[in-house]
Amino acid sequence: MQVDFSNNYFELFELPVQFDVSQDHLDTRFRSVQRYLHPDKFAAASDAERRWSIQAASFVNEAYQCLSAPIKRASYILSLNGITLDEETDTQMSPMFLMEQMELREAIGDAPDASDPYAALDKIAAQLNDGRRNSADEFSQAASNEDWQQARTVVRQWQFLEKLVSEVQSLEARLDDAL
Amino acid sequence: MAYSDKVLDHYENPRNVGVLDKDDPNVGTGMVGAPACGDVMRLQIKVSEDGVVEDAKFKTYGCGSAIASSSLVTEMVKGKTLDEVAAIKNSEIVEELALPPVKIHCSVLAEDAIAAAIADIKAKREEQSVQKASA
Repeated sequence: MQVDFSNNYFELFELPVQFDVSQDHLDTRFRSVQRYLHPDKFAAASDAERRWSIQAASFVNEAYQCLSAPIKRASYILSLNGITLDEETDTQMSPMFLMEQMELREAIGDAPDASDPYAALDKIAAQLNDGRRNSADEFSQAASNEDWQQARTVVRQWQFLEKLVSEVQSLEARLDDAL
Repeated sequence: MAYSDKVLDHYENPRNVGVLDKDDPNVGTGMVGAPACGDVMRLQIKVSEDGVVEDAKFKTYGCGSAIASSSLVTEMVKGKTLDEVAAIKNSEIVEELALPPVKIHCSVLAEDAIAAAIADIKAKREEQSVQKASA
């Protein structure tokens, strides 16, 4: 078992660089590396070896978190291909997409005042989940065609959906608190 | 993170929130978004025949700094010519609102929204003059 810091995350998990990955494979490999790097195994090791094991564990953990979250995995594939998201500096998005975002935001804002706020939020959450699934499919398609501009556009839009998902969740938590 | 008093003022009492008719030939609409925080900003300007901004409205979904930046911008553009409006830089917004470095992208969003609104009204006017010429 080797942990090579010069590997990319996919190499570390013995996977080809592609969007579609088996979560089972990730989990299995992650557990076996974690066992290997467990601090107990390094109790009698030298300081240098112990330091290495801690760094390696944190590297593997980072890789696992990244590859297990579809949007992070997609962004990582873009970065491996030299594509930046420019998520703070490039504000040009499809007007149609931004219009939909405005409408979704309005719907989320109106939800607490609906006759059944939970049903209203569920409907929005379902729409957002459809959007996330579509984003994953579109990214997978674009990446396998090596259409990186399209892949970049998909991830940039996907980021808005993830943000709204967490907003819907915190709104639901606030409704629960108010009960 | 603490917001400056000016950001809080614009956030609590945003100026010129609303919507103008985007199909009005004298209205330019700019829509931009920042994937980093999921902010969406719509900025609209109503421009007179001689190119002066008579009215401005905005709607922003985002953090306090994004709302304050767009609110401030609607105040800045009124009464200015399109050329003057185009010359507004995000650094003026940063300075006026005392935005910290992590919130500078909010002012970039507002600057880009103005640019998009100007591009929209210019495209509309060009189309009109083409139509008039061919009529």
